[in-house]
Amino acid sequence: MFAKLAGAALACLMTFASATASEGGGLQSAGVSLNDVASMQRGAKLFFNYCSGCHSLQYLRYSRIAEDLKLDPKDVEKSFVFTGAKIGDQAKNHMPHAGGTQWFGKAPPDLTLEARSKGPDWIYTYLKSFYLDPSRPLGWNNTLFANASMPNPLWELQGIQVLKPASGEGAHGGHEGGAALDLHTPGSQTPEQFDQTARDITAFLQYAAEPAALQRESMGVWVLLYLALFTFIAYLLKHEFWKDVH
Amino acid sequence: MASVFTNIGNWVNERAPGLMPVYRKHMTEYYAPKNFNFWYYFGVLALVVLVNQLLTGIFLTMNYKPSAAEVAPGVSAAFASVEYIMRDVSWGWLIRYMHSTGASLFFVVVYLHMFRGLLYGSYKKPRELVWILGMLIFLALMAEAFLGYVLPWGNMSFWGAKVIISLFGTIPWIGPSLVEWIMGDYLPADATLNRFFALHVIALPLVLLLLVVLHIFALHEVGSNNPDGVEIKKGPKGNRWSEKAPADGIPFHPYYTLHDMVGIGFFLIIASFIIFYAPTFGGWFLEHDNFVPANNLATPEHIKPVWYFTPFYAILRMVPSFFGTAIWGVIAMFGAIVLLFLVPWLDRGTVKSVRYRGTGYKVALGLFALSFFMLGAVGAGVSAEMIPKIFGADADSTFIENLFGRFWTIVYFAFFAFLWAYTHFGYEKTKPVPDRVTTHD
Repeated sequence: MFAKLAGAALACLMTFASATASEGGGLQSAGVSLNDVASMQRGAKLFFNYCSGCHSLQYLRYSRIAEDLKLDPKDVEKSFVFTGAKIGDQAKNHMPHAGGTQWFGKAPPDLTLEARSKGPDWIYTYLKSFYLDPSRPLGWNNTLFANASMPNPLWELQGIQVLKPASGEGAHGGHEGGAALDLHTPGSQTPEQFDQTARDITAFLQYAAEPAALQRESMGVWVLLYLALFTFIAYLLKHEFWKDVH
Repeated sequence: MASVFTNIGNWVNERAPGLMPVYRKHMTEYYAPKNFNFWYYFGVLALVVLVNQLLTGIFLTMNYKPSAAEVAPGVSAAFASVEYIMRDVSWGWLIRYMHSTGASLFFVVVYLHMFRGLLYGSYKKPRELVWILGMLIFLALMAEAFLGYVLPWGNMSFWGAKVIISLFGTIPWIGPSLVEWIMGDYLPADATLNRFFALHVIALPLVLLLLVVLHIFALHEVGSNNPDGVEIKKGPKGNRWSEKAPADGIPFHPYYTLHDMVGIGFFLIIASFIIFYAPTFGGWFLEHDNFVPANNLATPEHIKPVWYFTPFYAILRMVPSFFGTAIWGVIAMFGAIVLLFLVPWLDRGTVKSVRYRGTGYKVALGLFALSFFMLGAVGAGVSAEMIPKIFGADADSTFIENLFGRFWTIVYFAFFAFLWAYTHFGYEKTKPVPDRVTTHD
């Protein structure tokens, strides 16, 4: 009975925890899954082609990516490493910190832990929320993160978005980050395809933030099964011993 | 073959004659009441978590670097070493999650353990010293948890340390110098991190261990209380194991060791579920902002402590500054803990268990527990999120939150005043307490 009680209490807490955690203010659900290896592979490819020029993954090793995402280390070295790094190195980049600060106003941050600090939904929504804004130094702005220093690296894929005329500055509180934006110039991908692109990058960053998640989720089942068996045997033993307590 | 073990046993006993008597006193001949219920699991669970923290802590110290020196732009060696543990150390992620989940679960079990004391009057004569030692453990545990939280040197570590240390700055005259003395710098910095590491891994664990041993020894001297609040030592004597032992007592080993094993099993299932499937617990056990390296120029959006400190943090925030000083909130916050120390003397009632106490006590204890949750919600910023949803975006959320938080702060403190008045002036109408323990499961 106490197990049920404890289980129910835990379930309540979890609901409460996730309910408060998801109060993100107009974030779209990324819907990423660490079981979808193909999505993370595509995301890795997109990341190293579109993001890694500016953003490092300084705690993540290329060899780990190959191992976890079931890629050939040779392919990883050939298509992901543009810095002369070795397969066992971490995915650092060559942009000098001071240069980054000078060029963008703020040096592009390392993204290894982005999915843990901001959450996958934030990354997904952010990637979809760029729009053309001539008043910004680099011509781009973002409805999720106003006046972000970052230009839209994926504009060729997504196309160019502009603010809907009526919505103006009120776009930030909208229920869907992308809702206040119009596609002004189509890109090489349809909106659906681009959603998947943003989702793939998010999935890869979700993986990069915690590679151990792959291990813990597959291992946890066995630990729980073992503990259930242990507890059951302990209960039988206790029950046997306590028969003579009246 | 049994003779080999007997021989070894004899060999040891001849050279350390005190060991077997100690074992008997605390295990096989420690007679605990036979009617322990659900609430009596949390003491042993606290012990399990303590051992977990010590063991996983040893392995964490092998790979953690207590240094705020930059190893990459904006990243300290300490922060990077935690990620190193999470990624490159074999099983490092498991050890770290066991330690971080253990920290939160320590408080879960300790709070439930303390609540059990209030439910069944376990702090009352002759167990006042057991309660005092337990409260000292609680204090040491809070210090230990705070110090440990600073070590990853994330942004929440930094700003949490800054806020908590600055509380000492409200002390008149010596405050500002005291803050510098604690930090060893003008901001939380490398010197702070080094000394916090030393305190976290050796000084406070020693204090905790000593207090835990004293807590258990003091308990075993007077004997355990039970859900009926009946003193089994004052009841009839003689059970199957000894003529002198209390009739309602059973040997701790093997009866309660096996009984506890079942509870430990359930507890480990819950803990493992968190460790393997929700190690951050939605940002409650490991906070999102602490995955950002410490940055003394970028304040996190909401500076708040981890959940287990939030009730006390709420009291700190809810007490206004006046006479030009913010010390009143600090006094109230520490007072909230000091009053718990005094419970054995505030409560003059002679009936221990809530089962036989007056309705007033039941209601007051319920409200007290509720105030703890409500203050926790205020301290964690939950109320700040809920208010605009309930009262609309235009509502004066600071005003409503203050009203709400101050109300529950008053309820928290009123519990102690009520407890004294209710029992001192004889308002409590108790039920008759049975002579013997009534049930066991």
